[in-house]
Amino acid sequence: MAQSVLMHNPAPAQPHARGESNAHTGARNSGRALEMDWVDEIRINLSAAERRVASLPGRRTVKKDAQAAWLLKAVTCIDLTTLNGDDTTERVKRLCAKARAPVRSDILAALGFAGRDLHTGAVCVYHRFVATAVEALDGSDIPVAAVSTGFPAGLVPHDLKLKEIEASVRDGAQEIDIVITREHVLTGDWRALYAEVRDFRAACGSAHLKTILATGDLKTLRNVAKASMVCMMAGADFIKTSTGKEGVNATLPVTLAMLRMIRVYQERTGYKIGFKPAGGISTAKDVLNYQFLMKEELGRDWLEPDLFRIGASSLLADIERQLEHHVTGRYSAFNRHPVG
Amino acid sequence: MSVAHYYETMEYGPAPEADGEARAWLKRHESTFGHFIGGAFAAPRDGKHLTTIEPATGEALAKIAQGSAADVEAAVSAARTAQPHWARLGGHGRARHLYALARMLQRHARLFAVLEAIDNGKPIRETRDLDVPLAARHFLYHAGWAQLQEREFADQVPIGVIGQIIPWNFPLLMLAWKIAPALAAGNTVVLKPAEFTSMTALLFSELAAEAGLPPGVLNVVTGDGATGALLVENPGVDKIAFTGSTEVGRLIRQTTAGSGKSLTLELGGKSPFIVFDDADLDGAVEGVVDAIWFNQGQVCCAGSRLLLQEGIAEDFRRRLIRRMETLRVGPPLDKAIDLGAIVAPVQLERIKALVETGVREGAEKYQAPGAIPSEGCFYPPTLLWNVHPSSTVAIEEIFGPVLVAMTFRTPDEAVMLANNTRYGLAASVWSETIGLALDIAPKLLAGVVWVNATNLFDASVGFGGYRESGFGREGGREGMHEYLKPKVWSGRKVRAKASPPVSSADTAGFGVPSIDRTAKLFVGGKQVRPDGNYSRAVLSPKGKHLGEVGDGNRKDIRNAVAAARSAEAWAKATAHNRAQILYYLAENLSARRDEFVRSIGDMTGVSSAKARAEVDAGIERLFSYGAWADKFEGSIHAPPLRGVALAMHEPVGVVGVACPDEAPLLAFISLVAPLIAMGNRVVAVPSEQHPLAATDFYQVLETSDVPAGVVNIVTGDREALVKVLAEHDDVDALWVFGSQEASVAAERLSVGNLKRTLVDHGLALDWHDRAASEGPILLRHAVQVKNIWIPYGD
Repeated sequence: MAQSVLMHNPAPAQPHARGESNAHTGARNSGRALEMDWVDEIRINLSAAERRVASLPGRRTVKKDAQAAWLLKAVTCIDLTTLNGDDTTERVKRLCAKARAPVRSDILAALGFAGRDLHTGAVCVYHRFVATAVEALDGSDIPVAAVSTGFPAGLVPHDLKLKEIEASVRDGAQEIDIVITREHVLTGDWRALYAEVRDFRAACGSAHLKTILATGDLKTLRNVAKASMVCMMAGADFIKTSTGKEGVNATLPVTLAMLRMIRVYQERTGYKIGFKPAGGISTAKDVLNYQFLMKEELGRDWLEPDLFRIGASSLLADIERQLEHHVTGRYSAFNRHPVG
Repeated sequence: MSVAHYYETMEYGPAPEADGEARAWLKRHESTFGHFIGGAFAAPRDGKHLTTIEPATGEALAKIAQGSAADVEAAVSAARTAQPHWARLGGHGRARHLYALARMLQRHARLFAVLEAIDNGKPIRETRDLDVPLAARHFLYHAGWAQLQEREFADQVPIGVIGQIIPWNFPLLMLAWKIAPALAAGNTVVLKPAEFTSMTALLFSELAAEAGLPPGVLNVVTGDGATGALLVENPGVDKIAFTGSTEVGRLIRQTTAGSGKSLTLELGGKSPFIVFDDADLDGAVEGVVDAIWFNQGQVCCAGSRLLLQEGIAEDFRRRLIRRMETLRVGPPLDKAIDLGAIVAPVQLERIKALVETGVREGAEKYQAPGAIPSEGCFYPPTLLWNVHPSSTVAIEEIFGPVLVAMTFRTPDEAVMLANNTRYGLAASVWSETIGLALDIAPKLLAGVVWVNATNLFDASVGFGGYRESGFGREGGREGMHEYLKPKVWSGRKVRAKASPPVSSADTAGFGVPSIDRTAKLFVGGKQVRPDGNYSRAVLSPKGKHLGEVGDGNRKDIRNAVAAARSAEAWAKATAHNRAQILYYLAENLSARRDEFVRSIGDMTGVSSAKARAEVDAGIERLFSYGAWADKFEGSIHAPPLRGVALAMHEPVGVVGVACPDEAPLLAFISLVAPLIAMGNRVVAVPSEQHPLAATDFYQVLETSDVPAGVVNIVTGDREALVKVLAEHDDVDALWVFGSQEASVAAERLSVGNLKRTLVDHGLALDWHDRAASEGPILLRHAVQVKNIWIPYGD
């Protein structure tokens, strides 16, 4: 009611609203020779980065239909994940079923999405369950992502890491989430990091390479930014924040540092690299802030699943509740939505 | 628009903040307001109102009272009546009230935020996240000073009734900056908000009364500039605190000159934003957004001059233009915008005209491509590239979302360009090299310097300008001093006028005459003949001819100021070095003690015991300032961030000093020593009647390693020389002790470059009373506080 005074002032059109295709049509990053200047020149000021992300939720928000749309979009970017010691085949199948139908159909219908094939971005599992997931997702467009290279610590022998990647690819994984050797970053051995990731990329073949930096272990934004740049030069398709197992997982300042590196890399090479925050994003409100940052720092293209993934396990349930609230006007409960 | 539409476009869509409460408040007052005087709304005596508009729509918002002389008088009188009661309430009592005001603001935070956004046009994000919380923080912080006042400011008393005039860019926040310290210190207030934006001041006064603030403590008189002028002229006002344009600040300085009203001015700026090639460039781009696109650029300390190191200029331009693509301009109550509306059509026109001038003078213009509302007062974020220091847009304060960019080659050149302005409010330095950033910050002539940040504010950190950006500080301990005065100066009496002696014609006859003594002037470390080559006789009280001194004129002052200006190295000398020289001065004065005792006795006719006491006091005073030289230090503030703010004491610069006739040596030392102890350079005009105490001092200066130009002495007609000093735009401050006429002239003529003045209004000081004439009481005026914000973290 009180909002009506604003209605005669339509919201400004967005520079990115050009009706372009959502599909990311750019060529796949082929990597390039290690350019140490691109690493050495990196400067990043923590306080300035924090101020940027602290003010963003006040500068951007979405309400009503726009909010529902953004949350639905977030669903399509989720890498629905289970990475636990007690995972079983049946557990993974259940997860895959949820990935195919992440939002209750009556809610989708109410949002005007009846009959649309809306699924999560991927299902993410350990190698052991790749074949199970591939089979369970047969006929859908949902790729299976395997965490690899001695996830989460990444301290198994290098040749075993390559073998693990190859095995997952053989089993049908289309995406490989590798962990880097943190020691290379912490000791500033960028050549070693580059060589390692280059090998991983070669082992992936046509499967997409997502490099997990384990930013919580790297500590400084400088380390994060430099590691991002090296991984992209080595051929990463995505750079990803965390395994979900470090003390600190995805944060907005870390995200900002990584997105800025993606932008620089694109400006220099033309390649668009994807971004995946993982761990700690558990509410609809959280995910919207990541989406705002993606759109503001990189643009519209980076809101689609080919360039944006969210590693999360409990986020979906919160989004479902928010979507139901949008449809009914009543606050929802977890038990009203089928689990994965 | 449907969910599907947004799903495809991923646009933000409208996100309006509800404004029902604020509209209801306006309606409750039938959108018509009186002044707030003595605890209640009062209709204007002559019934006149002004209409205030809503900038986002251009529609009328409310009618506010146009304050007349009678209204101002009523408000001042209410404040006068309340003041002694308010002061007697004591620190703790006032602390409770200020605490209640902070809580009141927090309790009604959203109402204030929405009303401010409607009235001013600024985004709800800013009012909600910055203006209102900071305003509350100011009251809470100053509740603390009230609580501690009796202990921490034991030698100070409140000034009395304070007239405060605030601008339209931060209506509520400026109210808080002004009234919180004034009330904490025991003063009462008459506040005049800007005529464009009076709503939150009226809401505040209403809710403050509900929160128990006693009647008359805070009075609000609304109206336009004429009402402000009436407040400035009102004889019942003891101090004027003004934030606004430099132009109006000058008028206020002229109007109040000689009235005895104290004055603080927080004026305009053209603040530099310096980016070195080792900066976090993306971080600095966000800094630019916060610097010039905060509050639509209508910020006195906006970083409006972008100075880029040549090697990264092109890269930075690209990043900045890309960033501008995502800026959103829209209705102030939309929660997903970066910029709202410009406050009024007149401002919008001014911005447009200045940008046109800039383009005509050769600037390349870039504007954010996002849509802007077709109605209301909006202007897109703008970058003017290829601007030179001589361009109009590089010199004039635009006060809008317009950034001008220039390049520099070296750190020295960055400093030179940054300081190449009449203003000196704020500066921002971006570099990831700590040595560079911390080297540059002190070299920037600005009251606030942000390292790798911009537009950070806090109640604990003083804010205020150098040069023509005004004087006085708001916030911090330094800000409290602006609302207090020394208790020991309260009882000063008007100085008795001594009639000049008449020359008696006695000569030595045919005895051997004493050797002629004709003192020259002391300029640039040398004794020089006065430009006019006239001299003045120095007589004893009985008319005996004691010698001749040079009759200095305006050119001598010019030369002395030039010498003082070029002695800049003194400001950078170590405090230890300055201390040593002050002790050395004492040592050498002591060696000539008898000579000075004799001379003072001859000139003033005092007993030799008194003359001895004066010389000894002078020696001791030099010791005192030798002691203070490395101990009157700045402080470290602890604002709420990971980092510090260094409140550095910096010298004011070149200071003119006019000395009184009494205690000709001690007064001279008492005024000059604190100034040089803090790194200032001085042009002193000694006692007109008894100048030999100062001219004899040349030899003490010469033998004490005082660098050339640090102390310059020009003898002559005091009043005439004070006028020349007051009008000299390269003199940063002027201390005038001796007569009311000279005080008035000093204040009135100081407007050219808005120099800081310290005058005695013809009230005599006891120079032998250390409490009244030595130490921080004067040292505070010998420095200006520069706050350097240093956030950290890696």
